[in-house]
Amino acid sequence: MQKAVLTGEIFTQGDIAAAEGALAAGCRFFAGYPITPATEIAERMAYRLPRIGGRYIQMEDEIASCTAVVGASYSGVKSMTATSGPGVSLMNETIGLAVMTETPMVLVNVMRGGPSTGQPTEASQSDIMQAKWGSHGDYEIIALIPSSVQEMFDLTIKAFNLSEQFRVPTFVLADEIIGHMRERLVIPPEDEIKIVNRKKPTVPPEEYLPFKADADLVPPMATFGEGYHFYATGLTHDERGYPVMDDAAQLALVPRLCDKIRKNVDKITEAELTETEDAEVLVVAYGGEARTAMRAVKDARAKGMKIGLFRPITVWPFPKEQLKIAASNAQHVLVAELNYGQLVGEVERVIRHEIPVHLIPRVCGSPHSPDELMKEIRRRID
Amino acid sequence: MARTEIRLGGLGGQGIIKSAVIIGEAATIHDGKEAVQTASYGPESRGSACKAEVIISDNPVDYPLVLTPHVMVALSNDAFHKYKDDLSEGGIVIIDSDLVKAGKIKAGVQVYEVPAATTAHQVLKNPLVTNVVMLGAFTAISKVVSPEGMRKAIANAFPKYKDLNLRAFDEGMQLGQEAMEKSTQKK
Repeated sequence: MQKAVLTGEIFTQGDIAAAEGALAAGCRFFAGYPITPATEIAERMAYRLPRIGGRYIQMEDEIASCTAVVGASYSGVKSMTATSGPGVSLMNETIGLAVMTETPMVLVNVMRGGPSTGQPTEASQSDIMQAKWGSHGDYEIIALIPSSVQEMFDLTIKAFNLSEQFRVPTFVLADEIIGHMRERLVIPPEDEIKIVNRKKPTVPPEEYLPFKADADLVPPMATFGEGYHFYATGLTHDERGYPVMDDAAQLALVPRLCDKIRKNVDKITEAELTETEDAEVLVVAYGGEARTAMRAVKDARAKGMKIGLFRPITVWPFPKEQLKIAASNAQHVLVAELNYGQLVGEVERVIRHEIPVHLIPRVCGSPHSPDELMKEIRRRID
Repeated sequence: MARTEIRLGGLGGQGIIKSAVIIGEAATIHDGKEAVQTASYGPESRGSACKAEVIISDNPVDYPLVLTPHVMVALSNDAFHKYKDDLSEGGIVIIDSDLVKAGKIKAGVQVYEVPAATTAHQVLKNPLVTNVVMLGAFTAISKVVSPEGMRKAIANAFPKYKDLNLRAFDEGMQLGQEAMEKSTQKK
């Protein structure tokens, strides 16, 4: 048997770091279907899981993959899949089922250019809104965006922890740049990794109501087969899990599914603020593009420009309080993203036209170079 | 060490990406520096144009792509001609003289010619190690990674064929030294 946590330092890809992060978080089931640029995650899991007592299944497609992950999670095993935008399009029906049945699970989307088959080997950040709204109905989801190989590892662990704590599907939204680049990955000793596991019922089986939430709005989750009566459905249901088609049931369930996230935004969201205290120009960038923005900000600071960088690490829910702090002295906010304008809408909602919010879109397979980005910033603020 | 940008170009299947990964591992895990390695390649991963890049620095690397390479290693004519004008002032180009015919290059860039393919074929009796011969020459000429670090990274990369690849690396180091001596004589 291999070790689940490969404590030490390796020079490796973001995709491999996500797989190792999942294993360190306790993931022991992976179902997936290969797709560029996420295939390396499946390859690594196919190699590693059988050697640490887990299970890997390559399914017939992404629909089946996501559904298998929901089932595995209900059997008490931390479970995940990894894909790219086209795969998420197929998974969205089951993501809705996972939201409705409050199933902890992690999905890694290594984003590539779309729509449709798009540009398989090129980088993009055009699934930001798909992660939020891909499935139908009112719901909240959690999505984290890594900017380095190390963060691919760290945020995959965090994704499992949040998913388990709030019983909600959680995305790691990587882009091809971060998924395929190699950097130093430091894997800490197993006992230094913070792990959160789902709440289990504390009542005897005859008193258990699988969808009766505690004060934190999250119900304890029994494992299928442990003797607890557990009925789960995609239909609107009562605390027993039985379908109920009246207004009261919808009102008791749907706002709670949203509020368990909305009311815990301060516990979930994370953002990195660089040189923002006196920043008159605030750049918002995430994932691979944030690496460009970091360099551009450093170069411009060296020339005396009062410029800072706001990097959302949690993108859903959006870290709006942190953005307000970062923008407190800003006269311009510029959102640089590898799409034709997605997260800019969320930034505008937070800034509320008090200061101009500019979009710096990029619809091609690589990030801006630092000089290109600086030219785009200058063109909008001068 | 300030940010040093390295670009390797050739054809898919020549070990271009593998070479970049070895350089990155040597720099980070064995030499204790920071490095980022990236690659671009066509949908057909064998035979089409392939480019791999490594950036090495004492400090964490922010922007992960190469802008003006300080060192270029070329294993195909196309790669040499496509990227030769990107090199920085004082840059170094190392070509496999069996595979690449050096053309005109801008002033201030030094070209080193290394017969890697014939050395792999005739001395090491295995053309597959051509890229590792080039890694040896790269290490000797560029001095951006330590030979010890490279030897460890090569041993990790090819556990079954460690001895062959380490010999290829040593041959390449020797060819790199010779290429440098030749270039000094020319001056």
